[in-house]
This record gives sequence, C-alpha cells and structure tokens, in this order.
Amino acid sequence: MSSKDKLGTISEINGPILTIHLPGIRNGEQVKIGQMGLFGEVIALKGETALVQSYESTEGVRPGEEVVGLGRPLSVELGPGLLGSIFDGVQRPLDKVFIESGDHIGRGINLPALDREKAWHFIPEPGLEIGNTLSPGQLIGRVQESAIIEHRIMVPPTLSGVLTELAPEGDYRLDDPIGRLQRPEGKQSKLMLYQHWPVRTPRPYLRRDHGLSPLITGQRILDTFFPLLKGGKSAVPGPFGAGKTVVQQQIARWSNADIVIYVGCGERGNELVDVLETFPQLQDPYSGHKLMERTLLVANTSNMPVVAREASIYVGITMAEYYRDQGYDVVMLADSTSRWAEALREVSGRLGQMPVEDGYPAYLASRLAAFYERAGRVESQGCGKGSVTLIGAVSPPGGDFSEPVTAHTKEIIQTFWALSKELADARHYPAIDWVGSFSEHVGIAAQWWHKEVNPDWEHRRKQALGLLARDAELSRIVNLVGPEALSSAQRWELEGASLIKEGVLQQSALDPVDTFSSPEKQFLLLDMVLMIFERGSELIELGISVQELTDLPLMAKARRAKQTFSSEQCDKIRLLMEEFKEAFSKIRLEYAKFKEHTQ
Amino acid sequence: MSAKEYRTASSAQGSLLVVEHAPQVAFGDQVVIRDHLNRRRNGQVIRTSEHEALIQVFEGTGDLDLENTWVRFLDQSLEINLSPEILGRIFNGLGNPKDDRPPILSNVRRNVNGSAINPAARNYPREFIQTGISSIDGLNSLVRGQKLPIFSASGLPHNRLAAQIVRQAKLVDEESSFSIVFAAMGVSYADARFFQEEFADSGVLGNVVMYINLADDPPVERLALPRVALTAAEYLAFDLDRHVLVVLTDMTNYAEALREVATAKGDVPSRKGYPGYLYSDLAEIYERSGRIKDRHGSVTMVPVVTMPSDDITHPIPDLTGYITEGQIVLSRDLHNQGVYPPVHISPSLSRLMKDGIGKDDTREDHPRVANQLYAMYAKALETRNLAAIIGAEELSERDRRYLKFAEAFDSQFVGQGEDEDRSIIETLNLAWELLSMFPKDMLTRVQETDLAKYHRSAD
Repeated sequence: MSSKDKLGTISEINGPILTIHLPGIRNGEQVKIGQMGLFGEVIALKGETALVQSYESTEGVRPGEEVVGLGRPLSVELGPGLLGSIFDGVQRPLDKVFIESGDHIGRGINLPALDREKAWHFIPEPGLEIGNTLSPGQLIGRVQESAIIEHRIMVPPTLSGVLTELAPEGDYRLDDPIGRLQRPEGKQSKLMLYQHWPVRTPRPYLRRDHGLSPLITGQRILDTFFPLLKGGKSAVPGPFGAGKTVVQQQIARWSNADIVIYVGCGERGNELVDVLETFPQLQDPYSGHKLMERTLLVANTSNMPVVAREASIYVGITMAEYYRDQGYDVVMLADSTSRWAEALREVSGRLGQMPVEDGYPAYLASRLAAFYERAGRVESQGCGKGSVTLIGAVSPPGGDFSEPVTAHTKEIIQTFWALSKELADARHYPAIDWVGSFSEHVGIAAQWWHKEVNPDWEHRRKQALGLLARDAELSRIVNLVGPEALSSAQRWELEGASLIKEGVLQQSALDPVDTFSSPEKQFLLLDMVLMIFERGSELIELGISVQELTDLPLMAKARRAKQTFSSEQCDKIRLLMEEFKEAFSKIRLEYAKFKEHTQ
Repeated sequence: MSAKEYRTASSAQGSLLVVEHAPQVAFGDQVVIRDHLNRRRNGQVIRTSEHEALIQVFEGTGDLDLENTWVRFLDQSLEINLSPEILGRIFNGLGNPKDDRPPILSNVRRNVNGSAINPAARNYPREFIQTGISSIDGLNSLVRGQKLPIFSASGLPHNRLAAQIVRQAKLVDEESSFSIVFAAMGVSYADARFFQEEFADSGVLGNVVMYINLADDPPVERLALPRVALTAAEYLAFDLDRHVLVVLTDMTNYAEALREVATAKGDVPSRKGYPGYLYSDLAEIYERSGRIKDRHGSVTMVPVVTMPSDDITHPIPDLTGYITEGQIVLSRDLHNQGVYPPVHISPSLSRLMKDGIGKDDTREDHPRVANQLYAMYAKALETRNLAAIIGAEELSERDRRYLKFAEAFDSQFVGQGEDEDRSIIETLNLAWELLSMFPKDMLTRVQETDLAKYHRSAD
C-alpha cells in the first residue's frame, strides 16, 4: 500500500451498498473493501461519509473493517490481447479467474485484464522520428493482435508532446515502455502498448461523421427491410422466447464489422458458453478466419452481483470506442439493457431515491440516452474514420412495449427491430414484426443498395411492405366472413404475402445455407417472389384460378430456394426465375388456346 | 462460534428483529434466538451497522417479548453438512432433518448461497434427455444441465407431469439413472405426500433427497430452501459425479415469500409489489444448474411455476422465462378436453434443444420434423379459429385437413398415458404419421430426403 492511498472504515452494510467513513474520497473513486478486498465504487458523498456500491457479494463483511480508496474511477485496460477474451463486468479475465479460483467465481480476486507475460511484436510507425511532436491519439506503431486485426498503438487521448524515445521493431511485453514523450509542461511520459480509460467517460474524437453504408448482417428482415447504418443505434425488444438472443448472435456471427463486442448483461450463462464454444470454430464469412479472432465477450450473467452488471455495459462500450479510435467498424451488442436498467433501479432503491415509473429512478431516461449516444461514426484523433454500432436488446416485462425502458429506448434509437410473441409462437423466425419495426436509415441505405446491388431495391422493398400491409387487412376480413368473401385477385394477394413471409422473411439460423444471405441473394429472393406475384396477377386477371397457380409444384421450389441455393449460387435463383416465367407463359398460352376453342 | 448472547433486541415486527449494541456483526451472519420459553429460532443478518443489526427470523417474531429474547451470532453464513447419506432423507428449508432421524454428520460443509459459476468453467449442455413424453422430447427437448420450467396454473396436473418426468427421464445410450433433489416450497401436505408416494412406488426413494416446507411452515424458510436444496444438488453432481434432476415446486410460493419479506423491510416495490431484485434473486437459483468442465455430473432443473390467474405475463412466470432456457406451458383448454399432459406447444420452447438433437443425438430429421409440426399446428390453430367463426362446412378441403391434423395432434401426439414411456424414435415416427396427412408439397420445412424416407404417401 502506498502512502497516497486513503484509509477509512465501514459503518453500515445493506446488501451491496455500504456506508463508509472516509474523508477526502472522491465521488466515483474505486475502493477496496474489508479484509477480503472486495472491489467497489463510491456513488455518493455526504460530509465525511460516503456511499459505496460493491461489485461483489458483501456476505461476511463487518462494520469496522477497513476501506482503501484507490485514487481513480472504474477504468479498463486497453491494449493488445483484448480480442478473443472473455471478461466479467469489471474487466477481470474470466479464463484466468477460472485458473485462480476454480469453477465458481471467488471474491476479492485482483487480476489485470491483459496478459503481462505475453510478448507482442511491435512495429513502429514508419516516418516517425525522435523530435516529432505527437498529438493525442496519434498512431505510433502496430501489433498484429489476431490473424485479422492489426492493433494500432496510439498516444493516449489526453497526452501530447515531443517524442524523445521510440523503441525499434521487436517483441515487447505490456509493461515494457515503447517510447517516451516530453509533455508541453516539461514532464516525461512513458508510452506503453496499452492505456487506461475511465469507463463512464466517452473517449474523445475529432468530429462526428455521417453514417454512409449499412451494416450487412446477412439477415434478410434486417438488411432488406429495416437497415441499420454502421455507427447507428438500434434496439431489439421482445418478450422471452421471441428470439432476441438468436438475432443478436446472428449479428455477431455474420455482420460485416471488423470487431464484435458482445456484452451479456444479466443474461444466461449457457448462452455465453455457446458463443465461447462455437465462435472459435466458426468461420468469419468475410475474412475466412475464425470468428473468435474478431470477437470479445463481456459476461455478467444474471446470477453475478448486480452492481457489476451496471458497470458491464460501460466496460463494453469503452473497449468498443477504443477500437473505433483505431479506425475500425465495431459492433457492440448489449444483451440486455433492461437488466442494466434494473441494476440501476436496485441500487437507487437501496439508496432510498424517489422512484418514478415502475420503481425506476427519474434519471433512467437520461442515462439511457447518454449511453446510446456513445455510438456513432467519427473521425478519430489519429487513425481516420471508425464507428461504433450499438445494438441493445430490451426485455420488456410481459412483452409490454409501453414499459419505461422500451419506451425511453425507442425515443433514442434509429432502428427498431420489434420481436413479436405471435410470430414466435407460430415459429416464424426471426420473429421481427414488420408492422411494429422501423428504420430511419432506409434512404441512405438505398443509395448503397442501388449502387452495389440493384437500382430497384427501394421500390421492391416498398412493394413487399405494401403487400404485407394488404395481407393484414385482408386477413381481418377473412377472420370475419371467411375466405369465400374474397375475390380471386385478393386471394392471390394473400398467396403473394405468404410467399414473402415464407420465401424471404423467415430465415433459419440453424440451416447451414439459410443462416446467411448475401445482399445479392436477399434481393434476388425478394425480386423472385414479387415477380411471381406480378405475373400471377396478370394470369388471374385473365381468369385463371388461384388454385391452378398455387398447385404448381414450382411454388414449393420458390419457398425452398432460400435454403436450396447459397449466396454463391445466385445464378440458380435467376434460372429458377426463368423457369417460373416459362411456366407462366405456358399457362397463358394454354389458356388462350382453351378460350379460342370454347368461343 | 461465539457463545455470547445479546439481550438488546429493540424492535420486532413480522419476521424482522432489530438488535442494538451488537458490535461488528457480519452481513449475512447466522443467528440463533432463544425466547422466554427457551425455544430456538433461526435467523440471518440482512443489514448491519456499528449500532444495530437487522435480523430476518425464519420462524417469525410471533410471541417474542423483547425483554426475554437472547440473540447469539454464529459468526458464519448459512451452511449445511453434506455426505452421501443425504440420499433417502427428508429435510426442512434450513437443512435440518424432518424425518425424525439424526442430523447429517460430515466434515463437508457448504455455504448455501453458493457463488456464480464462472462462464469460462461451464460446458455447454448438449446431451439429450429422453423423458418419454412426446410433446417434450419431440418438440421441446430437455438436455442435461438445462433449466426448463413447467408453467402451470392451479388445478392443472403439473405435479403429475413432474413426477412422470422424474420417473422416466433417462439418457438414450446410458442406463445410469438420475439422482433426484426434490425441493417443495409452501406446498400442501397432499402434494408433498403425492410425491413421496410416487418416489416410493417407483422404487427410487433411496436416490432422492427431499427438502420440504409445507404451506403452514414459516414462509421465510422458503427463501432459504431452494438454496439449501441446490447446494445438495451441486454436491451430488460435482463432488459425487452424479447426474442430478432438481424439481422445485412451487416457485410462485417462493416469490410470494420474497415479496412478503421485502415489503416488511421497506424495499421499493416494482411490478405487482414484488421487489425490483426479484429477477436477480430468481437468477441466483436458476443459474445454479448446468455442466462444468472436467466434471462428470450435471444439475438439470425442472422448476414448477403456477401462473397466478393463468397469466403468463405475471412477474413470476415472466421473469422466470427470461432466465430459464425455455418453458413447458400447460393449457387449461387442453386439460378440459381431457388431454394429458396438457402441454400447449405454441408458447412452449426449449432453447437448448438445437444442440441436443439431430443426427448423432436422436435422429437426423428431428430438428426439421419439430419445425414442420410447429408450422402445421400454428396454421391448424388459425384454421380452427376460422372454423369457429364461419363453421367447418365452409372450409376448403385443404383447411379441413388442418382441422383433422390438429385433432389428431392433440389427442395422439400431445396426449399420452401417464405411464406411457415413448422412445424418441416412437415419437418421431408418430410425428411422421401425422405429417403424412398432408401431401409432400405442403411440407416445405423438411428436406426432400426426409420426405422420401419417412413420408407415408402412396406415391
């Protein structure tokens, strides 16, 4: 213990909240609690006493035990070695915790997030010379962190000065300095391969930038119908069993981001294990390397202490910002923000703060907004443009979207993927409800689709949504008076909508072919079913029965095309479209002959 | 253990007792309280400061007089003794014998609160458990290490279903049976008796350990009971390498006891008066199931949750559903139609099913058959609603086929005898028998190879 550590004593323990007597402690400062050395954080000050929330269970802690102030707020280590790891809510490496404390997570474990023993091959930035003036965030060198990610070593965001020393290319451990700066006020600062950053403070950047290209997830309902831009914010609300986790895992697997950070916040342990066991085996569809090479996990499972849950999403987003600052496109998935809000509620309840809606404190909305605001596409300090795309799962109690967390989130985000219990019950997956969902990004995404895939994209998308809306309307009529009340054209509309649902919207995460659809395949499938609908409509206008068309064996082929043809076999979808055109022409000819004959 | 007794109780209300001038009492400490008649009560410290300690008394503070109340702090958390001898025994919610036999002597003592399993230490559950019940095995398969609750309601046969699962659960390729931990919270004497007789009749009593808190036992004890029972389950699984099936009934009683205590403490209520931490509290219990690396045993959990007024959005089933890996939902409609077990498959789900079934585990067509059955049944229910409005005569031939399918599905696939133990192959064959009511073209969720192999059409 150094002389600058501040010492105090515990006076009261109420679950995870402790009252301590420690004059001179700062609000937000981290503390070490009692003989067990539990970690905690000061959340309020009152005279010489302070309120502390503990990240670990306080069972067995006694009044009178010692508390030590650690002099800095909750911070994370940022440097090579983050990728491929799994951390707890306060960035302790869970694989090392496993070695140290066994199957169950012990208390008072103090392990650095990053491996101090491992050496990294550092290559200084060419052209950088002693005597250069370096600005905050400037690139000083590189380390190959994983097979696909080159870790860019930067001057910490709050540091600048004249470079007085720079290590030559070689292998260095994290604690080996790789350079030295002479700060403007005269002091020297060491440059390391890693840096610290307080999690509750957003990392600085030069300026915000517009999102330009959509995040491609390979999921048709997301990319084609409710696109999200890189740097955007979105929410996936849904009752239990509607498939939030599968949607999030699919995004983690298939999105075209450089880095994926998955924060399991108050969720199931086994789901994280699923990711831990399968990602090292799965291939990234873009780089061909293993998915784990670009993935980082933060795990606060539902049975871990609630205070660390509140911290976990800040730990996650800070790491996301760090990779953004290196010029990468990062996706951060937070599953679930409702558990984070509940952690907030629990702490505020213990502090006796006045609850407003459903027991949540009045600052829920502002905290949520501030958190989502950390997403965005920016011009970083020294590595060009990078982005953080934030996707938060929301778990509304009883599936009621009017509850506070869902309602406040909806006001903040730009893309809303609403999951529906009805669709899930009918095993329509992903159970994203096309009526309740929205995206404010369609216009910008359209520019990308028109340039990269097909200029007809926006039109086709609109047509499909129109047909689905028509379907909802007609279904109401059917439910009142039966299908006999509909005209042939109307019944064909129902068939067209069903083709969109089964042939395009439904997508199986478990089917090896269907699980990922390239943008081209997405468009072709949509184009095909709409073409079938249009040509069919013409025939029906001529007087051909709906039954004759629905009985075509080709129809089952159209429904199965998504799992029959992979993204590399788009030509075969085109061939199938030709087959349809031929079949329809044939029917038209036969019908014309038949008409001639009868006349 | 300190022998010092404090006679400084300053207030008593409901299950809460305040003791003053008890210095340096640890949070979570166990407490023994002696009253004016020298009767023993147990308690736990739930808030502590330099001046006073707040104690939750498991047996309540009824009939205490503050003058003649002696409080002793045991200087330890709630712990229980564990040994292989616990099998075949009956205990109360604190782990004390309830069967007039001596207490367990052992040097293995465990804190019942446990601590979170490190996700890095977990193994993903993927071994299929055959329960012999088609609606579960075929459509909502249970795997070893899963937590799969039964969502029921008063008057529905959840106890009979739980008993049938306990009786029939086995792994397909192993003959090893499960050890059973039975945890009953606030159940009626009749229900407790039903399970005891079930276990005795099927000859597994020697392989069962029971923790029982009856409806007229102290409610506060219900808060400790599942933790005590799960500590025993973890011991059996991870120390003694057994596969353990834990039946918790009824979690609704547990949550109500939690609400009772929370209200007395003055905690801020959230939905329906339940405390905001109900989710975390339930998670502490449910998340103790699982598989652990390099350990042979496993803890599989089947909690029973009765939904108050049949409402699945009530906080207890709602929060449970967010934590557990799926749910088996029972339906009053099916029950009234005489279907046993009345499993309503639409809202039922098993999240871990995908990795426990298929080619190497059950049969290669299983995932697709389940998907297809679900799709057909969803469509059939839609048709049934339509028929209720416009009459079955008005339906097309195609739609009438769906109606017939729904009927056969309810009565033959979901419905089965209480002693009927169907193998997974029997279940899948039965599924194909029903799916064959439709022409091949209508079955778009199975593969053509499945159709060729299993579809029973003439062509």
